[in-house]
Parts: sequence; structure tokens; C-alpha cells
Amino acid sequence: MDLFDPMRWQQTLANMDMFWEGFGFTLRVVLAGLALALVLGTVLGIFSTTRSKVLHAINRVYVEFYQNTPLPVQVFFMYAAGPLILQRVTGASDPVRIASFTLGTLGVGLYHAAYISEVIRQGIESVPRGQMEAALSQGFSRAQAYRYVILPQTFRIILPPLCNQALNLVKNTSVLALIAGGDLMYNADNFVSTYGYLQGYVMCCLLYFLICFPLALLVQHLERSSSRTPRRRRRAVAAQAGQAAGGEA
Amino acid sequence: MGVFTATNVAFMLGGFVKTIEISALSIILSVALGTVLAMVKQYCTGRLRVLSVIASAYIELFRCTPNLLWILFVYFTVKGNDVLISVLAFTLFTSAVMAEIVRGGLNSIPKSQFEAAQSQGFGFFQSMRLIILPQTFKLIIPALFGQCTTVVKDSSYLAGINVAEFMYTSKVIMATTTSLDQILLVYGFIFLLYFALNFGISLAVRRYQRSLVAA
Repeated sequence: MDLFDPMRWQQTLANMDMFWEGFGFTLRVVLAGLALALVLGTVLGIFSTTRSKVLHAINRVYVEFYQNTPLPVQVFFMYAAGPLILQRVTGASDPVRIASFTLGTLGVGLYHAAYISEVIRQGIESVPRGQMEAALSQGFSRAQAYRYVILPQTFRIILPPLCNQALNLVKNTSVLALIAGGDLMYNADNFVSTYGYLQGYVMCCLLYFLICFPLALLVQHLERSSSRTPRRRRRAVAAQAGQAAGGEA
Repeated sequence: MGVFTATNVAFMLGGFVKTIEISALSIILSVALGTVLAMVKQYCTGRLRVLSVIASAYIELFRCTPNLLWILFVYFTVKGNDVLISVLAFTLFTSAVMAEIVRGGLNSIPKSQFEAAQSQGFGFFQSMRLIILPQTFKLIIPALFGQCTTVVKDSSYLAGINVAEFMYTSKVIMATTTSLDQILLVYGFIFLLYFALNFGISLAVRRYQRSLVAA
């Protein structure tokens, strides 16, 4: 069978540069996209817990738009219309080229910010108000109450779904292969269409697995340790974990 | 003359119908296969443990690799009708996600339900079908439908292998114009339709969740 043909594997291994180059590019997009998603997601998440109606509305519109439209369409849009829009705005003579790295970072960053903001919101809302009141009544200052009472509980709840989002973000960077490319998926696909060897996809699969599997193990570990919380909260945590799995892409 | 002529709109909507067809078929098959995978992973112990390990490996493999990879993979290896290829690819990885959702549900059913069923003389499959699975599905419906929106959204990846779903047909129409205004209008149309479909699903889920809380 072709899949076990040593000659084809040799050819694939001889082209590893291509794969590592894509791997490095994907990693850079992941890091930049994750940073953007975390910052923007946290800000948007906090928006939804304030009393301001305007901030609330901004959060809702953003989250609903990004969660209910496909990432490939969003990225296609930035890829196809972005340069023309920039040309019109800046008055340049030609469409303004947007680098693949920028498209990837903005694409996954903006998309996952919507999911992360929901995680942050649920985390903040899941700590009962009484906790703060109890801490204050025991003589904690507000900062101390956050440090010792509120935040440890929040983190315990949001860490598993946050890591799950990071995992999905890694997988979603492959959307770049549909456009300008340069990422792991794109390079692997290039290899396969050049040589016609399925080995390229197998190698690509291994490399993605290399990034994602440790993340998946981390999610499992965190879920287990957060389910060691008191019995009453267990159902809520399980429900959230289910939703996080449901919010897959 | 704009791109929104009757023929063009009909062509794009044809793609939208295909998007729904592919998504619906993939979801039905994935829920079925995912349920089997979850039960194998959860209950195959003792001599059958190897099956449980295989199911776990399957789930981890597809959860840890991008969907697009499997779409390209299936496109490269399987020759056939484009709906068939699409549904096959989507069922491969969506069933892994569905399996995790179902397993989450199975985990939250108290063990006593199982013991009670067995004490009443139900066999394994009977207690599964009549007692355990109905309760499980009731719990996981929100997560299942959440995954449906993901499938609908991810189906736009199929534009990458030239399956004539909504994203693809819209791109074909957009290629006929260079005017930015026309392109923006078409994108507005694409976003609107995807949004309407997914938001509709989300609203239905939210209503269902509220009815659970109220009950």
C-alpha cells in the first residue's frame, strides 16, 4: 500500500523543511492570535458584567456576530475586501496588501475573543455575590477579597474552557490554508499536490497533534481538578465543560 | 447592473440549501456514531477494554487535529459525489466531538439508575435504550445543538475543495465583479444568511434551557 511505501516516506522526510517552516508559522499565529483573543475577550467579558447598557450591547453584538458566522467567511472577507477597503480609506493607488500573518492573527484572535468573553463572563457570574460580602465582613479589604476569595474560585472555573479555546484556536489557524497560506496546513497541502503522496497529510496530522494533544491533556487534568470542588457546584461545572465542548470551533 | 440578479441569487441560495443538506446529514450520522463511541469508551471494560482504548484514541486524534485536514484528506483519498465526500469528512471528526458530549452526559447520570434498571431485570442494552440514554440526551441537548451551529459554520471550509455549498457559490458570484460596493453587498448577504440560521439554532437552545430551568 502507498501509505507504507518507504520511498514515499523518504521523500516526505526529505521535505521536512517545508513542514517545519509551516509549523513555525502556525505557532507564531497561534501565539499572537491567543494574545489578542485573551486581551479582547477579557475586556469584552468584563463589559458584560458592568451596569452600563452601552457596554452590554457592545458585548452582545460582538459575541453574537462572531459566534454565529463562520470563521472561514470572516477570513475570506478580510482577505478579499480588506485590501480594497484599505485602499479606499487611505486613498492609495493600489489595493493594500495584508500579510498572511496579520490575517491569521486577526482571524482567529477576533473569533475566539467572542468565545473567551463568554467564558470570562460565566466565570465572574459563577462566584456568588455572598462570597464577596462574607469576605468583607471577615475584615478582608476588597483587594484581599479578590486575591484570596474571588479570583481563585473564578480561575478554577474558567481555566478548563480557556485551555479548550486555546486548543480550538490552534486547529482554526488552518483556515489560512484557504487563503494566503504559509501555515502548516497550507504547506502540507502544497506537498501533497506537488508529489501526490498522502504522507504529507499524515505528517501534518502528527505535527498538529504535537501541539494539540498536550493541550487536550491539560484540559482533562484541569477539568478533573475543578470537579473536586464542593458537590453543589459540580453540576454547574459539568454543564460548562459540556458547553465548552459544544463550542468546539 | 448589480450582481443581485434573480439567477445569481438563486445560484447562491442553491449553495445555501446544499450547506443545510450536508450539515443535517453530517449531524445525524455524527450523533449516531458519537453515541456508539461514547458507550464503547465508557462501558467496554474487562476483556473488551481494548475497544475502549481504540475509541479513546479515535476521539483524541480527531479532537487534536484541524477539520480542514480531514476534509482535504478525504477529498484526496475518496473519489465520489461531493456531498458524499463532505458528509464522510464531517462525520469523521464531528462524531469525535459528539462522543465527548454524550460521554459528559453519561457521566452525570447517577450510578443508581443503572443498578435500579438491572435490579428490575433489564439487560445492558435495554437499560441503555430505555433508562440511561433518554435521560442523557435530555441533559446534553444544549451542547448537541451548540455543535450543530459549529457544523454549519465549518461547512464553509468545503469551499476549499470546491464543493458548491453557500460560501463557494457566493465566491463564484463575487468573482464576476471588481466593485468593492458589490463585494461588500454579497458579503453582507453571506453573513446575514449564516447568522440567521445559526442564531435561530442558538435561540431555540436558549428557549429549551429556560424551559428546563422553569420545570
